[in-house]
Amino acid sequence: MAEDSTWPDGTLRADPDQKYNTNQFIFSSPMYAAEDANGTHADPMIVVRGLDKTYASGFRALKGIDLTVCRGEIFALLGPNGAGKTTLISIICGIVNPGHGSVTVDGHDIVREWRKTRSIIGLVPQELHTDAFETVWNTVRFSRGLFGKAPDDAHIEQVLKDLSLWDRRHNKVLTLSGGMKRRVMIAKALAHQPTVLFLDEPTAGVDVELRRDMWAMVRRLRESGVTIILTTHYIEEAEDMADRVGVIHKGELIVVEDKTTLMHKLGKKQLRLQLHEPVTVLPDALSGYKLELNGNGDELIYTYDTRGERTGITALLRDLSAAGIGFKDLSTRQDSLEQIFVDLVRERA
Amino acid sequence: MNINFHGIRAIYRFEMARTGRTLMQSVASPVISTSLYFIVFGSAIGSRITSVEGVSYGAFIVPGLTMLSLLMLSVSNASFGIYFPKFVGTIYEVHSAPLSYLEIVTGYVGAAATKAIMVGLIILATARLFVPYSIAHPAVMVLFLVLTTVAFSLFGFIIGIWADNFEKLQVVPLMVITPLTFLGGSFYSIHMLPPFWQKVTLFNPVVYLVSGFRWSFYGLADVNVGISVAATVVFLALCLTAVWWIFRTGWRLKA
Repeated sequence: MAEDSTWPDGTLRADPDQKYNTNQFIFSSPMYAAEDANGTHADPMIVVRGLDKTYASGFRALKGIDLTVCRGEIFALLGPNGAGKTTLISIICGIVNPGHGSVTVDGHDIVREWRKTRSIIGLVPQELHTDAFETVWNTVRFSRGLFGKAPDDAHIEQVLKDLSLWDRRHNKVLTLSGGMKRRVMIAKALAHQPTVLFLDEPTAGVDVELRRDMWAMVRRLRESGVTIILTTHYIEEAEDMADRVGVIHKGELIVVEDKTTLMHKLGKKQLRLQLHEPVTVLPDALSGYKLELNGNGDELIYTYDTRGERTGITALLRDLSAAGIGFKDLSTRQDSLEQIFVDLVRERA
Repeated sequence: MNINFHGIRAIYRFEMARTGRTLMQSVASPVISTSLYFIVFGSAIGSRITSVEGVSYGAFIVPGLTMLSLLMLSVSNASFGIYFPKFVGTIYEVHSAPLSYLEIVTGYVGAAATKAIMVGLIILATARLFVPYSIAHPAVMVLFLVLTTVAFSLFGFIIGIWADNFEKLQVVPLMVITPLTFLGGSFYSIHMLPPFWQKVTLFNPVVYLVSGFRWSFYGLADVNVGISVAATVVFLALCLTAVWWIFRTGWRLKA
């Protein structure tokens, strides 16, 4: 086996020939340049190595997942339905039994030291599972006790106030709206002051205002040092919130990357030129460029790779001028994270 | 040893609070229905039945009827206690909490047993209004009360995990426990049965519970009280083993 196919601790890396090698992107951003000269990770909070999970039905939900999440970061896990996001989260949280592989949280193994790892993890599940007949106060207080923390009414009060639930504390959960129930789920997850918070599609089905409130709260939590792992179908949220992004598809982590770097590396950029005169056919002199004309022939679209040393824009503009094609305006556009996500998943389909 | 006392207390209090919200169903209903038995079989019909082994019929059926309520309540409290979080999905929180299986069981089963004992004591107090009875061995009575409620709460806990719909939740209490209790000597001494059926009845585990419990009241027993205690402890151990296996494998709890 090649030397570079193993981690410093001897565990297996993902296939180094894989196109989007999961591991090569980990800590690649300056913000998370957490790999020192000895190749050891500076401050990993969650370390997943070779995690595999096959359900009793025979469905293989996870295929050798390798992932490291740093302390204090917001990590967005993206993937289509059934990709394995919830299975991965559920294993780390102790809800689903792990298959092969290992997971550590804050240096503690989730199987051997489950009590330590679970006590520092908070989970907001995808579904609205609530104690319908309990009051908001009681159900949040219950969660704190469940995680082994002594009663602390001041903390519960603060959590409820932060989530705008204080006025509803005596209401039964069943009387609340869907958005309010979602807040209760978050309050329950925060009741025991976790240092790692999993948010499994927390904004699914909530209105815009509540979504903004939630992300403001997530930012505050991150500022207080909480490591946040979120899954979402709203890619723009990941684009807006996350420090790093992982894409999981059919149980495989196909890319893990700093968000900005990912968009820079994988995102295509387009130069759009508004032409003075419509053009029907492009001259042969421009055949070497990746050009498209819009339907009316009055806009020329040049797609270029931002990873290349040269974008070819200068040469294109020169050749356009030489060909007598003038333009009155120009603009550039970069792929959104959503487009990158769609392309990645389509490529793997 | 690291024990999550706060977690156990949270589950216990949560379950006890549920009883507080459903007093009519949890307390009043079993007390009223059992009191009706005392009125009908104890005061009304019982006065026309000769005594059984020197004990008036009304007093004779008190331990058996109390045991019937204890078994039913223990099983239903514990089975519903764990089934409901499974049904509504809130069980995820228990699984993700730093709680061992023993701590989870202690919380749920402890609350179920407490509720059953509370109602059992209320039933005994209510029975006193209709039927005069005495308790010869109070310590043994308490021992049976606790052992039986804990053992059957564990049994109910297993049923709650096994059940994947409300019908299954009701099947065992109604189709198994009630017949076994009625045929387990609650209303009669097994010595009143023909010899063949006396032997068959000994395969009914409830016989040992009712017999032992009745012995603590009147010193009368169909089977040796030591055997009754041993049978109850064995049943308790079997249930504990089953619960341990369930949590170890995640059967019907974890994927």
